[in-house]
Amino acid sequence: MSNYTELSIAKALNKGMAKAMQNNPKVITFGEDIAQLGGVFRVTEGLLAEFGEKRVFNTPIAESGIVGTAIGLAMRGYKSVVEIQFDGFVYPAFNQITSQLAKFTYRSEGSLSMPVVIRIPYGGGIGAVEHHSESPEAYFAHTAGLRVMSPSNPNDAYWMMQQAIESNDPVIFLEPKRRYWQKGAVNLDQSPLPMHSARVLLEGKQVTVIAYGPMVTTALQAAEIAKEEGISIEVVDLRSISPIDMNTVLDSVRSTNRVVVAAEAPAFVSVASELAAAISEQAFYHLEAPVLRVGSFDTPYPPAKLEESYLPDADRILDAVDRVLAY
Amino acid sequence: MLQLLDQEGQYEVPSKYSQYGEIIDQLGEADYKKFYRDMARIRRFDEEATALQRQGQLGLWVPAIGQEGAQIGSGYAVGNKDHIFPSYREHGVAITHGVELMSILKMMRGVNHGGWDPNETRFHHYAIVLASQALHAAGYAMGVKFDGLVGTGDPENDLAVITYIGDGATAEGDVSEALLFAAVNESPLMFFVQNNQWAISSNVETTTKVPLFTRGLGFGVPGIRIDGNDVLASYAATKLHMDEIRTGKGPFLIEALTYRIGAHTTSDDPSKYRQSEEVEFWKAKDPIIRFEKFLRRQGIGDDFFEQVTQDGEDLAKEIRESTFALPDPPMENIFENVYTDPHPLVDAQRQWLQDYESSLEDNE
Ligand SMILES: Cc1ncc(C[n+]2csc(CCOP(=O)(O)OP(=O)(O)O)c2C)c(N)n1
Repeated sequence: MSNYTELSIAKALNKGMAKAMQNNPKVITFGEDIAQLGGVFRVTEGLLAEFGEKRVFNTPIAESGIVGTAIGLAMRGYKSVVEIQFDGFVYPAFNQITSQLAKFTYRSEGSLSMPVVIRIPYGGGIGAVEHHSESPEAYFAHTAGLRVMSPSNPNDAYWMMQQAIESNDPVIFLEPKRRYWQKGAVNLDQSPLPMHSARVLLEGKQVTVIAYGPMVTTALQAAEIAKEEGISIEVVDLRSISPIDMNTVLDSVRSTNRVVVAAEAPAFVSVASELAAAISEQAFYHLEAPVLRVGSFDTPYPPAKLEESYLPDADRILDAVDRVLAY
Repeated sequence: MLQLLDQEGQYEVPSKYSQYGEIIDQLGEADYKKFYRDMARIRRFDEEATALQRQGQLGLWVPAIGQEGAQIGSGYAVGNKDHIFPSYREHGVAITHGVELMSILKMMRGVNHGGWDPNETRFHHYAIVLASQALHAAGYAMGVKFDGLVGTGDPENDLAVITYIGDGATAEGDVSEALLFAAVNESPLMFFVQNNQWAISSNVETTTKVPLFTRGLGFGVPGIRIDGNDVLASYAATKLHMDEIRTGKGPFLIEALTYRIGAHTTSDDPSKYRQSEEVEFWKAKDPIIRFEKFLRRQGIGDDFFEQVTQDGEDLAKEIRESTFALPDPPMENIFENVYTDPHPLVDAQRQWLQDYESSLEDNE
């Protein structure tokens, strides 16, 4: 019998971190406000009490410093799990992430590895002021040397966090902040899917909708509405953004022949674009319609009063579903 | 630490600070009243904005309670050609330069990201990415110098730039770079660091091992610490050193020691990380109460204070009604001003959204 417990995504991430820290004394965590406060989203709540201030500590407010020192600590054998407080504040660390963290293994011809996890609460839909709603995944997925992942539910949050920390490579771990309080069953025993596997979350026949992170819930809502209209949607949760589990994606595409990719990020030069291209290259003869991307607009994230018009919702996914079905 | 008013509102100029006293000597009762009125006004505004946020009318509120002395004092010392590069908590500075309070609320409501024209107000946009504004200020100050608007000796001509930075934000590399750029260019730039002792949950000790007023020294930027809850010290120090900067003396740093009485924002719960005794200790040093004591010593009576309270209530009512009446921005704003020149992708997406919305209406 498996041991299930009901947790929010935030709590599941917290428990996943705690588990990894229990298993490996070299795992440490630091960032802005993560210690006593437990982070502004309380994902690290209780870790200071459990692991002490040598392993859980606040840093000065300096993102380049946070990531740069995690690199130096990795060279000393520490596994750092660092928090960037919000998506929009990762950019001051961009050089350390893309030119340093991502490249040390290659530069050192394998003498160094960089087991650093960068946790980033990401995405919109929370009515926030500027710089608190960004979807920066494409920058990181575009950078060789980084792994990028995003859980969509508590069970994955729990297990993927542990896998990210176990990894010997740097992982950009994107946490779907507007879903932090979404609850679900977490199986504390069962060994999870491999780190970079996608998952068919909902089986369907007519159209494959591929999503990751916060959009998975939206895709499931769309599938629910479609079902009432007699349309059968298969939802694939990518889970890993880089690398992408093309086998699972292509299996689904071959069975439905129609694909919509939905993400919060602007669609231009996006992860959705990559999927559309890869599917077209690898399953062209299985497609009955072009692969459609549903994203936000190629404009800056707007003020909160406009985000509802800006972000893709279930209706916009269904609009694309109708369009692929019309072929 | 430069202090001119003690907690009892007693005015005294220590001899080594006589030059600051000379600045205050030039003020009269009308100036004092203006300082008090604006500190009280911004406090009342702050309370109302907090209430509006609680009622769902604003997405977020960022209270400045406790920092009115630092802000109103320094704000009034900034000249009417100078430029100001704020952080995001400088509502008090904003009102000293004619920024409409409603434009701050619009931004916090999520109607827009900026809300005022910095060319007009010389008060630039709030900077949410910490410390980014320090470099913008440094660049602006370089431009001022390139334009020959420093050190000509003509007060009608010369201008200076001031940037506001929080204690926590001084840790960002951008601040170090701004100090260096300002120093090597001998730019007309004032770094006004409001040390309110907290950066969300991080005490200032997380941020620095040395007093922040010394942070610029290694770069060649001298500094002074002032009592940030003393509006006269804030005015005098900012005025004196901005005047010097305008004459071409190069950058300077003021650390205003103050305290964030309220939460970091309405999303924050300070009971998680600080003791209420500490807050009480600092409440006793409230800049507004202290200045009231000073004014009463000057013989200013109840009538004035009652009028200020009444004005505050009127302001609160007006703010409240205006906020409730704020229209949502038009959907088209998503696509406006992304670029200055036309852009085909943005144009296509604007059209797509219009067509999409009207197709939804047709279906209804
Ligand atoms: C680059 C960046 N990193 C992190 C944040 C999140 N953040 C917002 S305010 C804040 C604390 C800032 O403290 P301080 O500079 O002392 O100013 P105060 O809020 O006390 O006025 C943090 C960490 C941010 N806005 N920008």
